[in-house]
Amino acid sequence: MTGAGNIEAWPQPTRAAMVRASLRVAAYPLSFAILFAALLLGTAIGPAAIGPDEVVRVLLRHILHINVQTEATADTIVWQIRFPRVLLAGLVGGTLGYAGAAYQGVFRNPLADPYLMGVASGAGLAAALVIVGPLPLMWGNISIITLAAFLGAVGAVALSYTLVARVGGVTPVSTLILSGIAISTLAVSATSYLMLTNGEDAIAVLSWLMGGFNDSSWRKMWFILPYTIPAAVVIYLHGRVLNVMQLDEQQAQQLGIDISRTQVILLVAASLASAAAVSVAGIIGFVGLVVPHAVRLVVGPDYRRLLPLSTVLGAAVLILADLGARTLVNPGELPIGVITAGLGAPFFLFLLRRQKKAYL
Amino acid sequence: MTAALEIRGLHVAYGARTVLSGIHLAVQRGEVLGLVGPNGCGKTTLIRAITRVTPWRSGEVLVGNVPVSGLSRRELAQRIAVVPQMTPLPIGYSALDVVLMGRTPHLGFLEHEGADDYAIAREALARAGAAALAERRVDELSGGEQQNVVLARALAQRTPVLLLDEPTAHLDIGHQMAVAALVRTLAHDHGVAVLAAIHDLTLASLSCDRVAVMAGGGLLAEGTPEQALTVENIERAYGVRVRVLHDAAPAPVIVPYSGGAIAP
Ligand SMILES: Nc1ncnc2c1ncn2[C@@H]1O[C@H](COP(=O)(O)OP(=O)(O)OP(=O)(O)O)[C@@H](O)[C@H]1O
Ligand SMILES: [Mg+2]
Repeated sequence: MTGAGNIEAWPQPTRAAMVRASLRVAAYPLSFAILFAALLLGTAIGPAAIGPDEVVRVLLRHILHINVQTEATADTIVWQIRFPRVLLAGLVGGTLGYAGAAYQGVFRNPLADPYLMGVASGAGLAAALVIVGPLPLMWGNISIITLAAFLGAVGAVALSYTLVARVGGVTPVSTLILSGIAISTLAVSATSYLMLTNGEDAIAVLSWLMGGFNDSSWRKMWFILPYTIPAAVVIYLHGRVLNVMQLDEQQAQQLGIDISRTQVILLVAASLASAAAVSVAGIIGFVGLVVPHAVRLVVGPDYRRLLPLSTVLGAAVLILADLGARTLVNPGELPIGVITAGLGAPFFLFLLRRQKKAYL
Repeated sequence: MTAALEIRGLHVAYGARTVLSGIHLAVQRGEVLGLVGPNGCGKTTLIRAITRVTPWRSGEVLVGNVPVSGLSRRELAQRIAVVPQMTPLPIGYSALDVVLMGRTPHLGFLEHEGADDYAIAREALARAGAAALAERRVDELSGGEQQNVVLARALAQRTPVLLLDEPTAHLDIGHQMAVAALVRTLAHDHGVAVLAAIHDLTLASLSCDRVAVMAGGGLLAEGTPEQALTVENIERAYGVRVRVLHDAAPAPVIVPYSGGAIAP
């Protein structure tokens, strides 16, 4: 047979290929180191400077219940204010990271992000309705906005998915994308209308929409965890299947994959998790789109690596972005979206410019 | 003897347009059945219907005597492998990655490819004449190289039935002959049942044990290349008159009149 066993034809690895291979190996320890550094920096830096050693002591005391001496104010600042905020930013960033990768995989589309099917716009509309409407913002301990935003997000995705026709039992992904865009546009225009006709609440709505972590709490963490952990597990387990789904629907089916079931499982998991993320943190753009791309540029397209690495780096990126948001201007805070887009976009363009081959 | 693949009265329509009206066809273990017929006669539709990618109205498909409609996708992919006519391949994956995807129906949900899967994939690449492409990115391969990688993926599925939809469309004459030889070896030495849609009538004649001629949603003729590929059948199916040479090769050779002109 032609070509069979033709050893000379095996290409020598180039320098670039070797660099790439070592990056692949180093990617996990490197990403975890970045995340760890981000956690530490995010907790240590703020208006009241607290040394990293003090931070570590406070965390050891509360997490591992080790009886170490901590200073009372530092203890309160770290454990009640900064650490929940940093953890929440990490959870939201990690969620947007893997949900973005999963959306890109299901849709086989590099422009997909966790908001594609209406998570952000649905949450935004529901939050705006609560803010301008007669409902109280809080009901005892429970934030009505968070709950409403979650339901709005899930509702919008459910609408986008169920409104489109199946072809031979399978929903073509391009149709899904378009229906997601239609639903999102509808929700965004309704939100704009609400803001326009309720001028006194417009700023409150806008500030919710722009997202951020300035009223973080342990309670918000407990709100997002039950969604994001199971969703992450379900999605990670589909890494190999997601690779096969990068062929077209026909080939994936002929290789034994139940496409419509897998689509539903992955979309439900990714949408619930990003709905929870949006309802606690507002609409933070760019992370869910760019982090998976940046990871892909470094380690290649295999979803078994892409999903966990997008989680870890998404978390680190959002922790650092939030750190920038609350420290770069004084007094006050920058909207976090200004940081994720303002620094993320140039960095991403830099990565793209260095890329000599098509990568997606 | 039960056929490896049996199509019983299959009726397929896209909306109001009937494409297959009650086709009967059987492929035995160890034989290569060629499927020929004009563009749009339904060869691809038949292959897609067999693998339940396109739904059918009535009829049934049996694989090793088991109705296809009762099998899960996974069970179906353990029995039937397909080399589709059009195969967009994803960017960034290596040829070996793509061939390993052929192991999907044999892997449990939580399982990863093991050493034996890698061995099977590398052997499949070698058989398809694409061993040297293993580490290359599939999106950077030529059309013919991609086709060989997809063939290797189907081989890696290790199924008793193999469906090929114009597997030689992008191949030069050397690779065409190599694929034809490979397919015959698979059938005759390993007992695989092969159904191959082929446009090149001479290639079909030389490489298939039997040939089925499709036209107008049904079968026009079926038999050995000698029986099926006659001047009359070809004219009825394609509307052109050709010469069928019987002494040039072990099987009939089909030659158009010069310039492809309509019959003299
Ligand atoms: N998805 C579809 N929707 C509607 N009609 C279709 C669809 N797919 C195929 N057809 C029609 O069904 C008929 C059979 O198509 P099919 O692809 O099976 O032909 P074929 O024999 O494989 O042709 P070719 O030799 O060109 O590959 C054609 O008339 C085609 O236009
Ligand atoms: Mg065809």
